[in-house]
Amino acid sequence: MVTAPPAIETRALRKVYKTPPPGMPQRGVSGPVEIVALDGLDLQVGAGEFFGLLGPNGAGKTTTIGILTTRVKATSGTALVAGVDVVTDGVAVKQRIGVVPQRPNPDRSLIVIENLVFHAAYFGMPHAEATRKAQGLLDMMGIGDRGGAKVDQLSGGQQQRLMIARALIHDPEILFLDEPTAGLDPQARLDLWELLRQMHGEGRTIVMTTHYMEEADRLCERIAIVDRGRLLACDSPRSLKAQAPGGTRIELTLDGDAAGAAAQARGQAGLLRVDVQGAVLSAYAERPGEVLAPLIRTAEAAGRAVRDIHLAPPSLETLFISLTGRKLT
Amino acid sequence: MRPSRPPVPASRVFLALLARDLRVARREIVSFLVRSTLQPLLFVVVFGYLLPKMGFVQRGYGAALLPGILGISLALSSLQSVALPMMADFGWTREIEDRLLAPAPIRLVAAEKVVAGVIQGLVAALFVLPVARLIMGPIEALSLAHAGTLLGITLLGALAFSTLGLWMGTGIPPQQIGLMFSVIVAPMIFFGCAYYPWQGLTPVPVVKYAVLVNPLVYVSEGMRGALTPGLPHMPWELVVVALVVMSGVLWTAGIRTFERRAVS
Repeated sequence: MVTAPPAIETRALRKVYKTPPPGMPQRGVSGPVEIVALDGLDLQVGAGEFFGLLGPNGAGKTTTIGILTTRVKATSGTALVAGVDVVTDGVAVKQRIGVVPQRPNPDRSLIVIENLVFHAAYFGMPHAEATRKAQGLLDMMGIGDRGGAKVDQLSGGQQQRLMIARALIHDPEILFLDEPTAGLDPQARLDLWELLRQMHGEGRTIVMTTHYMEEADRLCERIAIVDRGRLLACDSPRSLKAQAPGGTRIELTLDGDAAGAAAQARGQAGLLRVDVQGAVLSAYAERPGEVLAPLIRTAEAAGRAVRDIHLAPPSLETLFISLTGRKLT
Repeated sequence: MRPSRPPVPASRVFLALLARDLRVARREIVSFLVRSTLQPLLFVVVFGYLLPKMGFVQRGYGAALLPGILGISLALSSLQSVALPMMADFGWTREIEDRLLAPAPIRLVAAEKVVAGVIQGLVAALFVLPVARLIMGPIEALSLAHAGTLLGITLLGALAFSTLGLWMGTGIPPQQIGLMFSVIVAPMIFFGCAYYPWQGLTPVPVVKYAVLVNPLVYVSEGMRGALTPGLPHMPWELVVVALVVMSGVLWTAGIRTFERRAVS
């Protein structure tokens, strides 16, 4: 038996932007600046896998998708899609992929259904077949009656669904979705999840970026956690959660710097780990109920008042915070 | 793994891209014709009809004017057909992305834009020639005996201005495009030997040789050679060589800026 190549493989992928990419704030610097968007990323996604790239804004998710879909040129490293190098044979890569961009970018000179029919034509599909598939996809997306409308007459959510239909019309092996549910209302998000599961069930490889923990947890078979262009962890949601620092995360927001309180809390029984960031003290415990009251007293003994208390069970979120020291969103 | 579809020949992708552009162009034909031919036709009304009637301009001026008007319409239509859509295509939402994702080299997308620009230039020229002739009335020196040459010059001229459009549309930041049209296009028209033959510049040698960087000069003079061969005009060999070289240079410059915009 011949084993299929991985759907996606990147080796030491690095991308440095000379000027900030669109949408990225310059942080008060004027003129060209170097921004390291990817800093040696190694990824492997198996054929037929539902794979998630999880990370905060600016983590390098969109850049990764951009390189894999031939629209961004890597500074160094290699990226293979279905075993094909994205640089040397971009055409063969484009043949196999469908892309849903972060912001809907329909062809505004065309009406809704033409957006699909022409996209199919670019992939060599005969007109009759393209028209039939286009109408079928519009129906599936719940915008079957909007085929003759101008694109601008669609709502943001409808445009997003049009983008998904466009990514599917040429029946790609690998589907890339960049933050597909950002900006969708809760019902539309659930509908899209259902649709993605269906696409995955048909044997497609799906690569999705998100900064919603729950979304990654519920949909993906494996998740790569990325931050500042680096891969921090990559595993199934279950294994990742098992890697989260043991116990429930207790987050105390104090009325000032939490360092003193944290230093004292580190000696406290029942606490697995204590982190501090500004006025926020994070402690991990197997039995939060037993340690919470002593922890508050410790903070008060250090001269701080507790402003807010938050408990979080082990989750991707707690793992992410323990890996990066900051929150996802 | 799912079976992949058979590869699509580049020619098929190219024709699909062209079909898209022609669909859009057909939908916007009125605004397209107004945009690219109204200004030259108004010039015809004033300088080819009103002023001769008033006796301020000699009747023979129409013969010098008509080829130039054709050249201007051709230039404006080809240039704008390529440059203006690029603004939206590479704007905030990057509408062109669905075409860049077509399974073909991205150079093919740029080449298709140029071909679409050539076709639209031809349409504008075909529209303007009879209308201008109708407005001006009979022109003695006018001859359609060299229709083949006329078509050849029209194609080469449209190519030069489409490639210029590719370069301007991708090389100039969108917020400056209005300014650049004023700074580049207006002088190009006035110093394009459209309203006067190049030979007429002999008393002002500095201008006569400076205007040779302007592709419109060769289009206007080529049109003169084809439409009014009895009047002074540049030799067509020079016109052809100049337009071919200029198209080549502009394509090279335009494809570089296009690729820079298409792949970050």
